[in-house]
Amino acid sequence: MDESIRERELAESIQAAAPRGDTGADGLAVEEAPATVAFADTAAMATREGTRRKTIAAVLPPASPKLIVGLVLTFGIVLFGLIGPFFVQDPKFSGNPAMMPPGPDHLLGTTQLGYDVLAQLAYGARGSLMVGIIAGVIAVVLSLAFGIIAGYVGGWTDEVLSLVTNIMLVIPGLPLIIVIASYVPSRTLLLVALVLGLTGWAGSAVVLRSQAKSLRSRDYVAAARVAGEKTWRIILVEILPNLLPLLSAQFLFAVILGILGEAGLSYLGLGPVGSITWGTMLNEAQLGTALSSGAWWWFVPPGALIALLGCGLSLINFSIDEYINPRLRLAPAAQRSMRKARKAGRQVTSKHTVDADGVILDDEKKKVVV
Amino acid sequence: MKYYARRIAFYAVTLWAALTLNFFIPRLMPGDPADIMLAKLARVGRDIPPAVEQSIRLLLGSDTGEPLGTQYVTYLGRIFSGDLGVSVTQYPVSVATLISESLPWTIGLVGISTLLAFLVGIAGGIWIGAKRGTWVDGLIPASTLLQSVPYFWLALLLVYFFSVQNSWFPRIHAYGLEFTSGPEWSWAFVGSVLYYGTLPALTIVLSSFGGWLLGMRNMMVSTLSDDYVTTAEAKGLRNSRVLLTYAARNAILPSIAGFGISLGFVVAGSIVMEQVFSYPGIGKLLIQAVQNNDYALMQGIFLIITVTVLAANFIMDLVYGFIDPRTRHNG
Repeated sequence: MDESIRERELAESIQAAAPRGDTGADGLAVEEAPATVAFADTAAMATREGTRRKTIAAVLPPASPKLIVGLVLTFGIVLFGLIGPFFVQDPKFSGNPAMMPPGPDHLLGTTQLGYDVLAQLAYGARGSLMVGIIAGVIAVVLSLAFGIIAGYVGGWTDEVLSLVTNIMLVIPGLPLIIVIASYVPSRTLLLVALVLGLTGWAGSAVVLRSQAKSLRSRDYVAAARVAGEKTWRIILVEILPNLLPLLSAQFLFAVILGILGEAGLSYLGLGPVGSITWGTMLNEAQLGTALSSGAWWWFVPPGALIALLGCGLSLINFSIDEYINPRLRLAPAAQRSMRKARKAGRQVTSKHTVDADGVILDDEKKKVVV
Repeated sequence: MKYYARRIAFYAVTLWAALTLNFFIPRLMPGDPADIMLAKLARVGRDIPPAVEQSIRLLLGSDTGEPLGTQYVTYLGRIFSGDLGVSVTQYPVSVATLISESLPWTIGLVGISTLLAFLVGIAGGIWIGAKRGTWVDGLIPASTLLQSVPYFWLALLLVYFFSVQNSWFPRIHAYGLEFTSGPEWSWAFVGSVLYYGTLPALTIVLSSFGGWLLGMRNMMVSTLSDDYVTTAEAKGLRNSRVLLTYAARNAILPSIAGFGISLGFVVAGSIVMEQVFSYPGIGKLLIQAVQNNDYALMQGIFLIITVTVLAANFIMDLVYGFIDPRTRHNG
């Protein structure tokens, strides 16, 4: 994407996230100071014991139904991948009757080769999560390196790193991955994750660069520079902690991309060889004519789990987004409170407006207590 | 003007990077792709003229004795003269011919459905943004779920329900088998193409409109709390006018930029979907190439996909610089 367009969008979202004391939609008090800045300042204010605990709580997004559903979905599936394999049979045990629909013996039925689908699903969860997490870590580390260094250091370094980032951004990912994967003679799980990670970092590097650029001009960073701090220390201690909410959102996003990418690649027969993932299950289901023989229990569960995991991770992402950009959360809540006030017969008319903090104002821009 | 010069330079560098990647990937890989391809040809009992063999070795690299630099220059020269080599899959048809045959299918199908998904998503986003804070906010998580669904899995479900369980729609191919002599210009054929394209199009629309919806809704929510919208409301303008002319017109800008990107990915975007429906587009061709170790075809397709992405992005840059002058100045 055009660099300047992205930057402008970001500038807008950063503005929206600018320091502002407010009350959350759910009535939870949000910290007075902008949490992210306060978090970095704790290093300087270590004497004030109380602040530290508060600010750590403030770094976490406020609990909302979205966040809770997201966490439950995600942790449920991760738990299934962690302990599920201990409770199921060998996923490659072919002594079962083939193509059995779900029943008491095989809760999710069996495949054409007599593999237990539930067992495959549990081991597949491990494989898919592993690919997703490794690819996510690689992508986030690369985007950090390219984004923050470019944004903070500036100058020629920025020009070169941004150019590489933008090139990676426009070169289409999946075809590139397919081309690379088809040349490699032995594809292991690790290798597939590596390729997915290496091709999936550019988007978040662009975002991080703009953020680092904006943080660079903040007072406390300038203070650290004047105080003679080394560049790497400023990046690690002053800048990085402020990017934590953004980074965590990007990591989750990279994990989803990794899992989806692996599934697509595996479906095409270019996935990891010898490992079980949800993608390889879908591929085998397609090769084993699950579709035409009506064996829905073979291809529905892996896709559904990918969708649910993706949904869980995106819901967590939303909560982080709304936390970074309070307008998304406050504006709808403000509308809601205005409607309530109108219903309750209070004199809130179309003359009244709502500001970005969710406070109802009258036509002279004075606060109205509802 | 500096803005456009910068953009042109950027796309030139990117194109060069893609060509170079294409040159080095096969040379960096273990094994000898050119030998694999030639062996494959020999196995089918094809007799290979020396010129073809040389072209394959040049594209994929193997021990020709020439220094790498010379190979690279000759390679670039061939690519720019449109010579992408010959295909093993359908020897001796050239890669360029195969690509030009399958490109229209992909562009037609994915292009139309991308546009549809965009329109549905934008309209929905404006509506949900306008009604923010009411029950419609509840639609957001639902669209998230749709977005997280692997799109080829959605395709599998559609095939299962609409083709296997109830044979309402055909399962594979792009047009009916009664057209034995290939595509023709007749109403019957067009109807057949539309009928066969319904499920693939539905897959794309369902799996991608959620993204537009969410992006547009979020921008609407942000824009609606901007001061100039407040001013417009205070002036007593009609609600619909404030929503569409003031808020939506500005909120849509990022979505339009995004639409440009996704237009670029029209050619690349539904490789897996084409495999599910066995649709004769670029994606299907790429998979055939992969399955047959047809490296020349694979590389040609990758190049074409990259070039279309770059071209679409470039056009979008021009359009965007026009509709939103701010980009030209702070670029």
